[in-house]
Amino acid sequence: MLVHAALVVVSVLFLAPLVWMLATSVMPESQAASQSIRLLPDPPSSVVEHARENYSTVWNDRTIRFPLYLRNTLIVAALGVVGMTLSSAVVAYGLSRIRWRGRGVVFFLILATMMIPFPVLMVPLYLIFRELGWIGTLTPLWAPAWFGGAFNIFLLRQFFMTIPRELDEAAIIDGCSHWKIFWRIILPLSKPALAVVALFHFIYVWNDFVGPLIYLTDQDQYTLALGLQLYQSQAGNTPWNLLMAASTLMISPLVLLFMLTQRTFVRGVSTEGLK
Amino acid sequence: MGRSIRDELTGLAWAGPWLIGSAVFVFLPMGLSAYYSLTDYPLLEPPMFVGLKNYRDLMGDPTFWRVVKNTALFAGVSIPVFTLVALVLAGLLNSRVRFAKVYQAAVFIPTLVPLIASAMVWFWLFNGEYGLVNKVLAPLLRPVGLSPPAWIADESWVLPAMVLMTLWGVGQSVVIYVAAMQDVPRQLYEAAELDGMGPVRRFVHVTLPMISPAILFNVIALTISAVQVFAVPYVMFRRPWGTNPAGHYYTMYLYESGFVYGRMGYACAMAWIQLLVVLALTGLMMLASRKLVHYTRT
Repeated sequence: MLVHAALVVVSVLFLAPLVWMLATSVMPESQAASQSIRLLPDPPSSVVEHARENYSTVWNDRTIRFPLYLRNTLIVAALGVVGMTLSSAVVAYGLSRIRWRGRGVVFFLILATMMIPFPVLMVPLYLIFRELGWIGTLTPLWAPAWFGGAFNIFLLRQFFMTIPRELDEAAIIDGCSHWKIFWRIILPLSKPALAVVALFHFIYVWNDFVGPLIYLTDQDQYTLALGLQLYQSQAGNTPWNLLMAASTLMISPLVLLFMLTQRTFVRGVSTEGLK
Repeated sequence: MGRSIRDELTGLAWAGPWLIGSAVFVFLPMGLSAYYSLTDYPLLEPPMFVGLKNYRDLMGDPTFWRVVKNTALFAGVSIPVFTLVALVLAGLLNSRVRFAKVYQAAVFIPTLVPLIASAMVWFWLFNGEYGLVNKVLAPLLRPVGLSPPAWIADESWVLPAMVLMTLWGVGQSVVIYVAAMQDVPRQLYEAAELDGMGPVRRFVHVTLPMISPAILFNVIALTISAVQVFAVPYVMFRRPWGTNPAGHYYTMYLYESGFVYGRMGYACAMAWIQLLVVLALTGLMMLASRKLVHYTRT
């Protein structure tokens, strides 16, 4: 009973910020900044009207262009997710299904790079991308994903190791190439793990703030994370109700995605602890 | 012989994407960064070798020491609190209560919130006048003659605010700990119960040692991310009239040195110090944990 009570209190505390964000996003400005605690505007029947007004104001704003930032984010996410999943799987295959002497060293290097803090690479990466002419474009935000990511390679390798070797041995006797085994046997059997990688990379892109902050120069190329920050850096007098409506717009696709894929998600997160 | 060379080449080819990618996007930048840290490098001019000058300048830079202090304080306070809360919540969720999945989802959902959105929401929650936190606190504090703090606007409340915001994202660790706890063999608990241990002692003497690898991994990951904390304080504490000095963290100053003041060499020196600190801390924790495991065995 005590455990239940504690968990109810905890759940309320963890969800309160999001409930408050939603509530503020459907208030008129005067009621958002007031001393009372209320979840619906006064009168409550005006909630639809205020919600429509606030969200359409955010969506149609001429300087902070939400639909454009959404489009940019989706471009980066789509190109990045495909590249990350595919190339991480290729590398993981090389590390788990082919016997070669260098693979121990390569695997160790991959694990080691996970410890390198991004700020260490920030300045030189900017200079390299400038050499490549990528500054001010979306390219630096998705192109590196096509070379695989350390954590995702690790995750897929662990998964591939659990697939019985007899399957590829039989295929090799039948004259299949590695490429065929990869496409026809390993990938179809690894859908859950591939889904985790795709999901994690999508969230990573949605979340990434430092990358866009450094590489993007033109406001028309901003991603959602960078766009949302504009509200706050601009003079600082953005009405709270609009700020919360914008935040809700940014958060809700992720919460929706989570609800649709809860099992994949939790399995993915819990394997993180297995390292 | 021919066969083994072919295998070697096949393996290399499959690992190729990562080998090329990490060479260009990780190892080359690291090398460049090490070299630039020894140069004077304004953004638009070529680098000029100056030896250890950047490192010497950093040692005499009061802002550097301030961001080091703030970051160390944040890591030092938030990591233990975070770990404690995560373990307690995981323990509660693992006690086979009904609706455990619902509670777990409630704790996990905030971790989905992108850092920038989270900063916006907390910026509003911590608002001194109209924020929810103070709306709840004010009536509770009034009878004892106190009023709630201005949180992010007040230097002395920056650290508590940062710790609270970090705690909101505890869900991922909780899920990892719950998964680890579910792998602990039941017989161990039964044996402990026969020995007359209550639930709390079972948690401390059975659960914690059994999941210690997961704890170690988590604490290391937390340390690496706490040392580079950036997005949330960047949004919350930077104002047109200057940054709240208590909310100025290491990576923020690194970013400003490189991209605002255009001192690339200086920023690279900061980056290398950060890398060495991360490696040293990780190494120390690995060593300490080895001793801990040995200790529990004897």
